[in-house]
Amino acid sequence: MLWYYLATTVTHNSGWFNADKLPTLIAAIVSIIIVLYTTYRRSSRERFKVREIAGLKAVEEAIGRATEMARPVLYTPGWGGDIQRPTTIASMNFLSIVAEKTALYDCPLVYPTHDPVIMAVAQEVVRESYARAGYPDRFRSNNISYVTSSQFGYAAAVDGMISRLCPASIFLLGTFEAESLILAETGNSIGAIQIAGTDSTIQLSFFIVACDYTLIGEELFAASGYLSGDRSILASVHAQDILKVLIALFLIMAVIWSTIAAVVGSTAEGWWNF
Amino acid sequence: MNRKVSLAVCFLFGVIMFIQYFSPHPVASAVNQSVLEYWQIIFAFTLLVGVVSVFKNNVMQIRRGHDRPYRLVTLTGLVAMPVLALIWGIRTDTPFMWIFENIQAPMQSTVFALLAFFVASASFRGFRARSVPAAILLLSALIILLSRSALGSLISPQLYEVADWIRSYPSMSARRAILIGIGLGSLTTSLRVILGIERTWLGGKK
Repeated sequence: MLWYYLATTVTHNSGWFNADKLPTLIAAIVSIIIVLYTTYRRSSRERFKVREIAGLKAVEEAIGRATEMARPVLYTPGWGGDIQRPTTIASMNFLSIVAEKTALYDCPLVYPTHDPVIMAVAQEVVRESYARAGYPDRFRSNNISYVTSSQFGYAAAVDGMISRLCPASIFLLGTFEAESLILAETGNSIGAIQIAGTDSTIQLSFFIVACDYTLIGEELFAASGYLSGDRSILASVHAQDILKVLIALFLIMAVIWSTIAAVVGSTAEGWWNF
Repeated sequence: MNRKVSLAVCFLFGVIMFIQYFSPHPVASAVNQSVLEYWQIIFAFTLLVGVVSVFKNNVMQIRRGHDRPYRLVTLTGLVAMPVLALIWGIRTDTPFMWIFENIQAPMQSTVFALLAFFVASASFRGFRARSVPAAILLLSALIILLSRSALGSLISPQLYEVADWIRSYPSMSARRAILIGIGLGSLTTSLRVILGIERTWLGGKK
């Protein structure tokens, strides 16, 4: 293979570079260049427009409903992730926007988490959002609490909160595992508006069934950019689109190549097979 | 100043971890191992913060008279388990393990078992044929369910092959499309964090 030949030729006997990972390195460098290009080149950001996402348009409605009903908003990042996960970072971005709106409407925001690091970061994010909204006195650090690190202990605790507090709106955004449906169904049973999003395709199917709005795939990562209009986030959405087009082109070329190879009867290994 | 230091540390470790991923050298493996060990140490300390938070919150809510019975159970467990572990250890036939095996594990299993009922109620709602896509979903689910049961082979021997085709082609292609989107979203978010463009994890954007 070309990749392997290049890698072994360049790094022969050095022991510092794993030749098998050369394609990954090239893909990573291309991605970095595209992200940097879209982020720092202002003109490319200005041309960019995000399509409408129903789940994100409903955020305002969900918080407004909670305010009118004098009930809290519950936000859970799920049990599966820690602060290192990009999904958790995306969820934090979303949290900051939700917190800003709950601060404006003076609506309590409850945030139970399974990870003390996430708790500390979430407290800071929400505190700053309340300050940005102009109501730092409305911030209650006790509402952002660590519950337990046990998966079903967490599910039981959040279920209990949902049953007792009866939040009018529930946001399920982050990394979820088996607890996803337990939480979503409990929320559904009390009639809360539910907006969900996760990086697990298995849990996505549960959310689609049990929640009112579900952010699918990259929508979760684009959500905060869509809601806040933050240019750096929108720029990375643009970068994702460029990368997606490149991947699609790569797949189409590989499909055409392999089809021709099958018709001709060639048994040679494809160039894409690295 | 604190924020700048945090961003610099994040960038440095992001670049180091990126480089070590491509290197099979023992130095790179050692760096990776050390960082993971430090992460464990940091997590142990943050767990203390979590425990203090749980204790403070519950004591405060008990004083206010909110959900007293639940909070007393939580506090009893929070205090009793470490005390029992310190006095008798955590081996088999110790009070700690007895409580774990006879109280905590069955409670966790009970919550997990609820999932079966929730799947049934969610499926009932989700599989209503209200539109053409919902009808296709219902039909696909029915074929998959039947193919996995003894009844499926009685109805048609080809049912398993049809179910396998649904899982391998339409279902897998949709799943991969979502996974590509998630992968790219994760990639760009990670790059934003490493490059210091994304600062929400520090508590704010400025």
